[in-house]
Amino acid sequence: MSASDRDQRIGKVMLDLQNISLSFGGVKALTDISFNVREHEIRAIIGPNGAGKSSMLNVINGVYTPQQGGIEFEGRRYTRMNPRRAAEMGIARTFQNLALFKGMSVLDNIMTGRNLRMKCGLLAQALRWGPAEREEIRHREFVENIIDFLEIQAHRKTPVGRLPYGLQKRVDLGRALAMEPRLLLLDEPMAGMNIEEKQDMSRFILDVNDEFGTTIVLIEHDMGVVMDISDRVVVLDYGKKIGDGKPDEVRANEAVIQAYLGVAH
Amino acid sequence: MGFFLETLFGGLMSGMLYALIGLGFVLIFKASGVFNFAQGAMVLVAALSMARFSEWIPAWLGFENLLLANVLAFIVSAALMFLLAVAVERFVLRHLVNQEVTTLLMATLGISYFLDGLGQIAFGSSVYSIDVGMPKDPIFILESLFEGGVLINLEDLTAAVVAALLVAALALFFQYTGTGRALRAVADDHQAAQSIGIPLNRIWVIVWSVAGLVALVAGIIWGSKFGVQFTLSTAALRALPVVILGGLTSVPGAILGGLIIGVGEKLSEVYLGSLVGGGIEIWFAYVLALVFLLFRPQGLFGEKIIDRV
Repeated sequence: MSASDRDQRIGKVMLDLQNISLSFGGVKALTDISFNVREHEIRAIIGPNGAGKSSMLNVINGVYTPQQGGIEFEGRRYTRMNPRRAAEMGIARTFQNLALFKGMSVLDNIMTGRNLRMKCGLLAQALRWGPAEREEIRHREFVENIIDFLEIQAHRKTPVGRLPYGLQKRVDLGRALAMEPRLLLLDEPMAGMNIEEKQDMSRFILDVNDEFGTTIVLIEHDMGVVMDISDRVVVLDYGKKIGDGKPDEVRANEAVIQAYLGVAH
Repeated sequence: MGFFLETLFGGLMSGMLYALIGLGFVLIFKASGVFNFAQGAMVLVAALSMARFSEWIPAWLGFENLLLANVLAFIVSAALMFLLAVAVERFVLRHLVNQEVTTLLMATLGISYFLDGLGQIAFGSSVYSIDVGMPKDPIFILESLFEGGVLINLEDLTAAVVAALLVAALALFFQYTGTGRALRAVADDHQAAQSIGIPLNRIWVIVWSVAGLVALVAGIIWGSKFGVQFTLSTAALRALPVVILGGLTSVPGAILGGLIIGVGEKLSEVYLGSLVGGGIEIWFAYVLALVFLLFRPQGLFGEKIIDRV
């Protein structure tokens, strides 16, 4: 997909964060941050360590409740969000430090992502009642597609804990994808990967965005990757927003260069 | 040989009962990562409720049918255990999300004392009996192989079969249903489970209900063998070595642990008891658990904890 095609796909504002401030006791994690995410775009959040990137993601996903500011998601305004409600509204996420269900197989891990879409009751499941059985099979088909998509067919029955790190990251993505999210939050999807694994992961992220039209917010340290795949970039430093715009604009931004490279005093 | 087999079978059957109580511990530990001290008290309350309601219900409704009385009492008791699960989630667990494990542990100790007291206030503190009509007569098997055959207690056998069926059903449920998968997910990682929209509160209610149901079955079997009394609450803690042996996170481990302890107790009492003046049965399980803690702290099937340094 060419750059101009991509630009055309991008739609109206889907998620709008307004003047978010978050502090833990006396420590200010985020100060008065506003930015928005448009439909179908890949939006990156970058910044040095401790800039508040993960906190930002946790605010969107409802793990943290900001002291000030509001969140508008698809036209509805929230002052409080919680992870479950976020999941129900179609926000999925992956974790910086893998949070997979280690004892369970790859298949089962991704199947848990279908949990919210399983409608049959506990008893029907336990008795393997017809509709429950059919439902399980339908979800299983969906999950098999994800497994194919992420190229982890050979590992479907392997307990996740035994897979190499790069593959675990894929399973984490797969579980989030199983939720058929409208908005996908990726917390450092490529941290700790080698170049080859990073290329694979970038390809998956772009494919998810292209094929399913999923809106993506990602945190990443690798500047090359960020500049390549994202449509717009937010830059945070010490909990404040210091830059926002297209990759090229951000790259030329004086404040961003200072934050990253330091400045002579 | 016949005598050995008899002891062995006896051990296996009491082991099944231990396994059942141990299973209650494992279920809750798997789902919430906390050792539930109140499991014993739950067995007591369930057994008390079963004993009393099977007596009260016929009296209230004016009929005399043992089977019907037992079925009704079972339903009422199961409902009671469900209400208990809801209450525990609503008033205790919900307020302790993401707290230290020790905090949760102390909370279950509190629940345990509360249940001990409540059980006695509601149902009285005498010794009651449960009669679910289990066959009492012993039978002899393998008479062609050994002189005199091997004596088997039919009551024990029934209990062992019931316990085995329950355990199998639970294992299948955990492994092959969506809800079972959600339960295992919560056990592995609370945060991740929440992020994919698994409702922690509902999962906890389910787990405590299932643990309550297991406690009820264990209470009925125990009660019909030895009678229902206050000591049941602490007696259930004798299943503690079972879970140490089997591993706190493993359902099959609880079963095998129960069997090993049951058999070990009986065999050691018979064959080693005379050497040290008897009474081995009481402490054997704990010593075995101690040995396991020394050499294999995660138990037979538990997950080995490897921490990154």
